[in-house]
Amino acid sequence: MTSHAATVESHDVGTTKLFVSVWVWLLALTGVEVFLAYLRLAPALMLTILVGLSLIKAALIVSYFMHLRFEHLGLFLLLVPAMVFCICMMLIMFFPDSVRLIHMRPQ
Amino acid sequence: MSEPELEGIVESPWSGGASPFAINSKKLGMWLFIVSDSLTFSALLVSYAYVRLANPDWPRPFEIWPAIAKSTAMTLILLSSSLTMVFAVSASRKGDTKKAVRMLYWTIFFGLAFVGIHATEWVTLFHEGVTPWSNPWGVPLFGGTFFGLTGLHMLHVTIGAVYLAIISWGFGKGKYNADHVEVSGLYWHFVDLVWMFIFPMVYLMSVSLKG
Repeated sequence: MTSHAATVESHDVGTTKLFVSVWVWLLALTGVEVFLAYLRLAPALMLTILVGLSLIKAALIVSYFMHLRFEHLGLFLLLVPAMVFCICMMLIMFFPDSVRLIHMRPQ
Repeated sequence: MSEPELEGIVESPWSGGASPFAINSKKLGMWLFIVSDSLTFSALLVSYAYVRLANPDWPRPFEIWPAIAKSTAMTLILLSSSLTMVFAVSASRKGDTKKAVRMLYWTIFFGLAFVGIHATEWVTLFHEGVTPWSNPWGVPLFGGTFFGLTGLHMLHVTIGAVYLAIISWGFGKGKYNADHVEVSGLYWHFVDLVWMFIFPMVYLMSVSLKG
């Protein structure tokens, strides 16, 4: 099994230039997030933008640093859709209720 | 197993056999662990977002200087540790043991620097009277969510640093191969990935309105 694994995974994916450019993009997106903090937007809008930017950063890390982009499609299909489904279930339960709570508060 | 047989097994992700995903069992195990752990963090982050949005009185104690500057520096450090980890994996694949071990040491150094800075942040909050159960601003959930999320993440970073220390020792001695380095790298990048959500949601969503 070990020799088998070594054979199927002997490829070396990505170059130094690619990884450094992904790192620079991640730093730039972090810079945008910190800049947004200066603007003091409304919490719901701020949360939406920040989660959107974080998802882009997460996609860059998973695709390039964790090499998922270079793996077989089957591995991606095994891992990602089920996880996204579970997270969507949590969001369906929580967010409408949290927004409703804001409106229920006495002014 | 002969070479043509092996190619037959890995040519399609659906072909099954000994290696349906064309990766070794250690790597598949780590990926499955990462999926389960990401759901743990997702539950914590979603519940944090829930109480954050539902509380207009949520405390905003983090000034741009020093708290946000410090947490931005921590983000930079963790991102840099991911880059050195990628270089370690790449060097181990090329058989450059010396470079791989050196890059692993840099990764551990960055990880420990992250934990050290984070610890000073915690101490500052303790001095301000913030605990997991109470704080001067009257929203106890703030401390509970802050220390719960950042504490679990810090635990992951600490365990990751120990894990990488063991791998770098074993790889340097020839006990472990490049697959071990790659699998430890997956864990380390995951820890970095989680911080990409904690930093904006916990720190940037609680920036002080003053100044």
